[in-house]
Amino acid sequence: MTFDSIFQIAFFWFFAILGIAGGIGLITQKNPVMAALSLILNFFSIAGLYLSLQAEFLAVIQILVYAGAIMVLFLFVIMLLNMQDEQNQQFDVMKGLAFLLGLGFFGELLFVFNSFMGKSVSGAFPLGKVEPIGMQMMTNYLFPFEMISVVLLAALIGAIIIAKKHSYK
Amino acid sequence: MNSIGITSIIAGLALFIILTLAAYTVVLERILSAWIQQRTGPNRVGSPASGKMMIAAKNSIFLRIINIGWLQPLADVIKLLLKEDIIPAGANRKVHFLAPVIAVTIALITMSVIPFARGVYIADVNIGVLFTLAATSIGVYGITLAGWSSNSKYSLLGGIRSSAQMISYELAMGIVVVSVILLTNFRMADGSNCLSLVNIVETQVQSGVWNVFINPIGFLIFMTCALAEANRSPFDLVEAEQELVGGFHTEYSSMKFANFFVAEYLHVIMGSMMVVTLFFGGYGGPAENILGVASWGSVGQIAWGLGWFAFKTFFFMCVYVWIRWTIPRFKYNQLMNIGWKSFLPLSLVNLVVIAFVLALIYAGK
Repeated sequence: MTFDSIFQIAFFWFFAILGIAGGIGLITQKNPVMAALSLILNFFSIAGLYLSLQAEFLAVIQILVYAGAIMVLFLFVIMLLNMQDEQNQQFDVMKGLAFLLGLGFFGELLFVFNSFMGKSVSGAFPLGKVEPIGMQMMTNYLFPFEMISVVLLAALIGAIIIAKKHSYK
Repeated sequence: MNSIGITSIIAGLALFIILTLAAYTVVLERILSAWIQQRTGPNRVGSPASGKMMIAAKNSIFLRIINIGWLQPLADVIKLLLKEDIIPAGANRKVHFLAPVIAVTIALITMSVIPFARGVYIADVNIGVLFTLAATSIGVYGITLAGWSSNSKYSLLGGIRSSAQMISYELAMGIVVVSVILLTNFRMADGSNCLSLVNIVETQVQSGVWNVFINPIGFLIFMTCALAEANRSPFDLVEAEQELVGGFHTEYSSMKFANFFVAEYLHVIMGSMMVVTLFFGGYGGPAENILGVASWGSVGQIAWGLGWFAFKTFFFMCVYVWIRWTIPRFKYNQLMNIGWKSFLPLSLVNLVVIAFVLALIYAGK
């Protein structure tokens, strides 16, 4: 084994274990801020895994969008509303349903994982770099790309109108 | 690509120099602010001339230059180390400990993609600019978490203010960076990898025309946004003393406070370095073609590049300090209005104009 491949494997396991730890932390932490921090840890580990697939663009976008924008907003809301620690709740029907759904999703993941077992992942993300993503967006997916822009613009205007509603009265 | 050995040597050196520099930026700030306010400034700790000598040689410029408290940062650090580390009752101990660590780490991380001289960089990432934007976008965590974990109203308000401010100014900053990427892509002959900071600098150095001459509005917006990201005056509402005591670090003492202090000055250094890299030709000096820098050999080139990079960075650090001691603090509504109603539209117009002109030139080719 060369130094590079040992390093790659160590890199993968480091971020894989960190990501799982973050995921477990997210659902076990009682404190909402600690749960949010666990989720951020998870996002960072996934960005690390993207890096090991040589998908640098995806990795940075993962940090920029999820860790840098969405989770800041989450934290902002948690702090602003001063959310309390989660209380122990009784077992109810919704929790049972959620458990079943989670089990189904886990089975699905196992199925997908099984079909990729033993295959090389190097070059599995040809779209992980800037140039191919830009090329696809500006050629094959130009119309959906423009549509998303319009939808986002509509959401933006909607947010401004909702925020300004009181000042019109 | 550099080998692992050279990369780690550069990384170690850069870390050592930048952390020392952060301490001396504090001295720089004290000296410059003293000059601006016509005070004496630090002239005791580490000054070789004694008091009597100073009186005897009152007008000696040489003595004044060497008597600027060279060991002041050391004295500051010893003072902070000896202070009691107080964790407020009701604070979240883990997050309270983590917040200053995050603040310094994220302030340092930008360093890893900045080219200091030709061939002297830690990593030439092909998404370098996006990397720096990502680093700025997570920079808000240190302050926000510090504000929340202290279990104090002042800290919380400071933290919330900072997250709102940083999110607002990131937008204009990102759009300005896009205009720089467009220019770089236009100037690269083969049109590849225009997101790498090394290539952004190289296009400026080789053509001899720095981005600031093509994109002056972009430079002004970027500089101001970098100021806002560093939470420095006139954007220091995060720690407005009259309203919030010490802001987000009200409940921090000892070395934890020192970490926030260092992080602020690291932001000043990194912000200056980014301005130099994106707009002022990085390690490029004037009239490189006439002097024939390209034929100087690697040592000469690196010395020349490092010298110019250091000089330009120093200049912008002085500008940062100068702004802080000149312009009073904004009100919160003014801050938001400037960010959303002035900078964001202005940066968008700037981007559209640049894109339009570039498209016209492309069409003419």
